[in-house]
Amino acid sequence: MKLDSKIPEGPLAEKWSKHKFNLKLVNPANKRKYEVIVVGTGLAGASAAASLGELGYNVKAFCFQDSPRRAHSIAAQGGINAAKNYQNDGDSVYRLFYDTIKGGDYRAREANVHRLAESSVSIIDQCVAQGVPFAREYGGLLANRSFGGAQVSRTFYARGQTGQQLLLGAYSALNRQIANGKVQMYNRTEMLDVVIVDGKARGIITRDLLTGKIESHSAHAVLLCTGGYGNVFYLSTNAKGSNVTAAWRAHKRGAFFGNPCFTQIHPTCIPVSGDHQSKLTLMSESLRNDGRVWVPKKAMPGLKGIDAVKVPESERDYFLERKYPSFGNLVPRDVASRNAKIVCDEGRGVGSGLAVFLDFTDAIKRVGEDTIRAKYGNLFDMYAQITGENPYKGPMMIYPAVHYTMGGLWVDYNLMTNVPGLYALGEANFSDHGANRLGASALMQGLADGYFVIPYTVGDYLANIGWADKVGTDHPAFKEAIQSSEDRMNKLVNIKGKKTVDEFHRQLGLTMWEYCGMSRSEQGLKKAKQIIQDIKKEFWTNVNVLGTTTELNQELEKANRVADFIELGELMVDDALARAESCGGHFREESQTPEGEALRKDDEFAFVSAWEFKGENQPEELHKEELRFENVKLTQRSYK
Amino acid sequence: MKITLKVWRQKNKDTKGAFKTYQVDHASPDMSFLEMIDVLNTDLIKKGEESIAFDHDCREGICGMCSLYINGHPHGPLQTTTCQLHMRTFKDGETITVEPWRANAFPVIKDLVVDRSAFDRIQQAGGYVNVNTGGVPDANMIPISKKIADEAFDAATCIGCGACVAACKNASAMLFVSAKVSQFALLPQGQVERKERAEKMIAQMDAEGFGSCTNTYACEAECPKGIKVANIARMNREYFGAMLSSYEVSSGGGGE
Repeated sequence: MKLDSKIPEGPLAEKWSKHKFNLKLVNPANKRKYEVIVVGTGLAGASAAASLGELGYNVKAFCFQDSPRRAHSIAAQGGINAAKNYQNDGDSVYRLFYDTIKGGDYRAREANVHRLAESSVSIIDQCVAQGVPFAREYGGLLANRSFGGAQVSRTFYARGQTGQQLLLGAYSALNRQIANGKVQMYNRTEMLDVVIVDGKARGIITRDLLTGKIESHSAHAVLLCTGGYGNVFYLSTNAKGSNVTAAWRAHKRGAFFGNPCFTQIHPTCIPVSGDHQSKLTLMSESLRNDGRVWVPKKAMPGLKGIDAVKVPESERDYFLERKYPSFGNLVPRDVASRNAKIVCDEGRGVGSGLAVFLDFTDAIKRVGEDTIRAKYGNLFDMYAQITGENPYKGPMMIYPAVHYTMGGLWVDYNLMTNVPGLYALGEANFSDHGANRLGASALMQGLADGYFVIPYTVGDYLANIGWADKVGTDHPAFKEAIQSSEDRMNKLVNIKGKKTVDEFHRQLGLTMWEYCGMSRSEQGLKKAKQIIQDIKKEFWTNVNVLGTTTELNQELEKANRVADFIELGELMVDDALARAESCGGHFREESQTPEGEALRKDDEFAFVSAWEFKGENQPEELHKEELRFENVKLTQRSYK
Repeated sequence: MKITLKVWRQKNKDTKGAFKTYQVDHASPDMSFLEMIDVLNTDLIKKGEESIAFDHDCREGICGMCSLYINGHPHGPLQTTTCQLHMRTFKDGETITVEPWRANAFPVIKDLVVDRSAFDRIQQAGGYVNVNTGGVPDANMIPISKKIADEAFDAATCIGCGACVAACKNASAMLFVSAKVSQFALLPQGQVERKERAEKMIAQMDAEGFGSCTNTYACEAECPKGIKVANIARMNREYFGAMLSSYEVSSGGGGE
């Protein structure tokens, strides 16, 4: 099968406008004859469901939480990029496009990224109109800040809770459509399968998490807005419930999975405090603007923040400043993360051994404690609350954690997977961030997809198939899918083994972190593949899920998700093995410069990997979508 | 740390619940309260006993899903969410009582899980500005003073957890509703529908069976996000204003 990205012809800046004009429209009177399913209610899902409802389509929206407002977009802190150039500092749509392509280490499509930059401008207008209280200057206009090393101030923010405010904006638009009867909302409902008839997506199978009832829903199109899969690592900054199940089941029904090995590891998270740890907490990377990262030159096991002040300057190694004199502590996320791992692997980690210091002593001396408190007070408080240590009295301890997954379901320019009628939006698709996502770009992409891309592109598909082209839930394909979901649930509660779901999940996570985390090698990845296959075998014979399938059963929910994470883990390892180059968040030890920096190999690997499921326990088939760069020149990143 | 837990167990909404006592012998002061329950749940599963059901998701204090009533306080003794409460707050050997939110409008689903869908329905009654996607003015078209924007933001930080209801002896939802009413009453974008919004959201709040406000300020004292009772005063003012003036248009305008 040939992958067709459907990128429109013509000059970069005109592609989207021309494409929009060429897309077919659905007659306003006919929109109500179509049904669209939206799975997930984060930024992408809520904005898509609301916008499609406004247009007149009948939407069914689903979330596994008790309310659509709890989707994990809510936890994004930093901000949202937009090429408004309100600061008169030289920003433009083209510059945002260029920074995003370069930041993604040239592994994203030019056309998609340019469209993202174009849409960014409208997102801010839309959110303000909804009543999103962005930060403002004294004159009453919107405030901006520079973020993640960008040279222009294009990030809009709402204190440290930008994701919350944007999500509540989208949630309010969604509520309006629920009240209007255009969106039917299903809370505490999890998608288990997608139903495909004659090659087109026709609906989904869901489980009511309160009653355990498995139900079918048919529609003309299905939109998966189900977020990323960072929880494959067990410990990540994702919410506990974030999972890959919807995307993975779609994959097993034929949708290709794009770039699964591209994950982002964020350098400034609070370190693990013990085996009981259930999740990791991110602190904004803005901390690196004033904090200096260091470890002792000679190993000092167990060194704590409060004692670090006694370590003389001559015995400290400010390793980022030493290795990257021009960028210092502000090197990109992947470089900062990998170097923290290197010094800890050398045995020079502090605290538990898996941590480095982030020291504000010099900044406090320079500008005073009050200024630092005004800038980072909420982050310092958060650190103190979680660790019980006072970061004004000694340096913070930080360690990298999985934060975002650039990979996801493969989609074309219309955000449609290779399965007609099945779409993926937001973090759930692989589309716009290449091998590495820039700060403040995730919120932008989720909302661009939902507010400004899908309302056009899904209309074209619907107009082409016509409203009569629908399959009812009485079709045998729905019956088969219901049966297979019920069988799976029954199987899980009847294994009655000895290990808890969390034990399997933790074991999988440790394996992924060790061999498919910040640094990957052929040897390690091959070992990981074997381990994961063993975990899978043991899971299906030795997991212990108590309770029944016909009630609220949180262990069963977890087991169902972890089973999919195990299979995804193996595909991530396959993808990392196939990509024998270093790029973005993916560092292959075999592909580095003599100085130990990432070495990208554009001649061999300037492609998107798209994996096709070929049957249970069969190797997946790799398809390659060549990436063509007509506007930007490919360069190697350097931060020396 | 050794902890004795008295936990509310209830099979489902139709059966009667009761407290059950558990021992946690290997809690660590660095654990979050929810991680301590994770550990207890693992012990229970190993013993063949069903784990304790509780709501949680982000575990970083922002999604508003976690909702435990600990030692007589929603989210426990500190003004945080349950997920941001750590065991170092408790004493070794302490007995801790854990209940679900208690309010008629939040029926118990199982163990510590309650149904807060009433909150969604209140938001659906009017917690939005009627604008469609696209066709809106430039974001900098309407300047908003920093003071007003900041005040609207403070109200908008409500996470919808329901601690205010659980804290109130009347199970009133006034703090939750007033936070949204205030956000839009303050911002220029919310002016057009200001009166209808207050009226509709309050009507829905009453229909859901939440109690009245008697100004005990327990909600503000327990709110993990520090939402102020001044919002309730503002909502009352909005409501009276709405009741005093008629906004209804007698016939549809134009187009005939």
